[in-house]
Amino acid sequence: MGKAIDAKNLNIYYGSFLAVEGVNMSIRPKTVTALIGPSGCGKSTYLRSINRMHEVIPGARVEGRLELDGQDLYGPGVDPVGVRRQIGMVFQRPNPFPTMSIYDNVIAGMRLNSRKMRKDATDQLVEKSLRGANLWNEVKDRLDKPGSGLSGGQQQRLCIARAIAVQPDVLLMDEPCSALDPISTLAIEDLINELKMDYTIVIVTHNMQQAARVSDYTGFFNIEGTGKPGKLVEMDETKTIFSQPTEKATEDYVSGRFG
Amino acid sequence: MSTETTPGPSPADTQPPVTSTRPVVQPGDRIFSGLAKGAGILILVVLAGVAAFLLVEAVPAFTAPSAEIPGGAGFAAYVIPLVFGTLLAAVIALVIATPLAVAVALFITHYAPRRIAQGLGYVVDLLAAVPSIVYGLWGAGTLAPASVALMVWLENNLGFIPFFAGPASTTGRTMLVAGVVLAVMILPIITAVSREVFLQTPRLHEEAALALGATRWEMIRMAVLPFGRSGIISGAMLGLGRALGETMAVAIVLSVSGGITFNLIGNGNPSTIAANIALQFPEASGLGVNVLIASGLVLFLITLAVNSIARFIINRRREFSGAN
Repeated sequence: MGKAIDAKNLNIYYGSFLAVEGVNMSIRPKTVTALIGPSGCGKSTYLRSINRMHEVIPGARVEGRLELDGQDLYGPGVDPVGVRRQIGMVFQRPNPFPTMSIYDNVIAGMRLNSRKMRKDATDQLVEKSLRGANLWNEVKDRLDKPGSGLSGGQQQRLCIARAIAVQPDVLLMDEPCSALDPISTLAIEDLINELKMDYTIVIVTHNMQQAARVSDYTGFFNIEGTGKPGKLVEMDETKTIFSQPTEKATEDYVSGRFG
Repeated sequence: MSTETTPGPSPADTQPPVTSTRPVVQPGDRIFSGLAKGAGILILVVLAGVAAFLLVEAVPAFTAPSAEIPGGAGFAAYVIPLVFGTLLAAVIALVIATPLAVAVALFITHYAPRRIAQGLGYVVDLLAAVPSIVYGLWGAGTLAPASVALMVWLENNLGFIPFFAGPASTTGRTMLVAGVVLAVMILPIITAVSREVFLQTPRLHEEAALALGATRWEMIRMAVLPFGRSGIISGAMLGLGRALGETMAVAIVLSVSGGITFNLIGNGNPSTIAANIALQFPEASGLGVNVLIASGLVLFLITLAVNSIARFIINRRREFSGAN
């Protein structure tokens, strides 16, 4: 668990529109990498290209290479479904399956991978995943209730439990706290700190304090204007990005002069 | 007048707090709520009127001596084969049409390329607009003769199943064919309702399934079908309602002679209530009319029961519906 991601000259297209251009980025295993930048700069698109979720939109494609521990994620014969089983994702708005109980939500991914699991094995997996997401104590007495009955923060942690239940190598988070209150946000941030022991985490956030709090490395994306492709301006250790960035644009952004 | 002696708030000032306990309602709101309420009441009045007519006209059939009822054995003996035929035809139609409709709706919403999907959607909607007599003529004139060979095959190879016991009809105007014609008729209703619900599936839930590594079919099973479940049931019930009440198609297709039988491919089929009314009404008089209307009342009650059961099924898992 916890693999490295390497993007080499990655261009991401929607049809003929170049959305993100020339990303070179090395993400080390078992670190937290934050992607920051103004809206529309392509950071979410880049994040979604890591587990090929952007292909949900027809016409989406990439050029260049994206590797997970040296394995080309866009190589010939690579099934996006297989990629997504290795690289989990947590979305902006909590999205537990409303028709499933909390228990079934957690093992939803596991059910896809291996149909037959013994009851005590799934029980263990559910407990382990919910403990891993710091949710066990809050829901252990109502595992058979619908997941949509939980609070927003609890739902988001349920989604994290669902993502880690399949033991992915990488966990992608697309603004996971933007729909949550400060207390729930804190709970998720604490959780991210614990999860990086086991997983490589990439998080997109609009909240620069959050990036500074949770991440080891930060990548800054920017866009020159509407219709232009987004680019990775600079990536470095989070301390460096927030104290003495190399690029002027980064400094302007993190000091709040624009964006 | 006595209160006027002390200076203080005049009656005009003290009055508003008393009246202001009523919420302020804008005239537009009042008109709209009145219209909506009126529409709701109108539906109930119409329904009550129909029910009252059926009840009043049906009473003589219930009270008449059993020898005077057609068949000579009382109203129950008269209507039970009809109820059986009605339910059988409708159930056959539903069993065939529901899976097919769900599959078509899934194809339109999740598999077909956009342009094909749109065209197919129009075609399915068009099917709903074809008059039932056309389906009846098609069933009796084309489908029935064409299906004779199939029914002979069913009798020879699957004859051990009571449904296909035979002897196979030589005209093809059997319960099975009537059920198939009804299935074609209710297919567009179920498809249209299912399609609309499937389109409503939140993208968030679809992406949640895909991000877990679900294939498209697994995503549909995890996110789309559970979300659309109540919609599918509603669509099926609408279809069932049409199948139960369908008159002309069944009257034309089905060759009627007999009572209760599960043999779907034989000559002796029970009629359905609606078809029976249509066929018998022109020559009925006196008590005969009352008997037919009484059978209509029975159909009314069956439909009511079916809809209540469907509502019950939908409500049973309300907290898992995703509506919250």
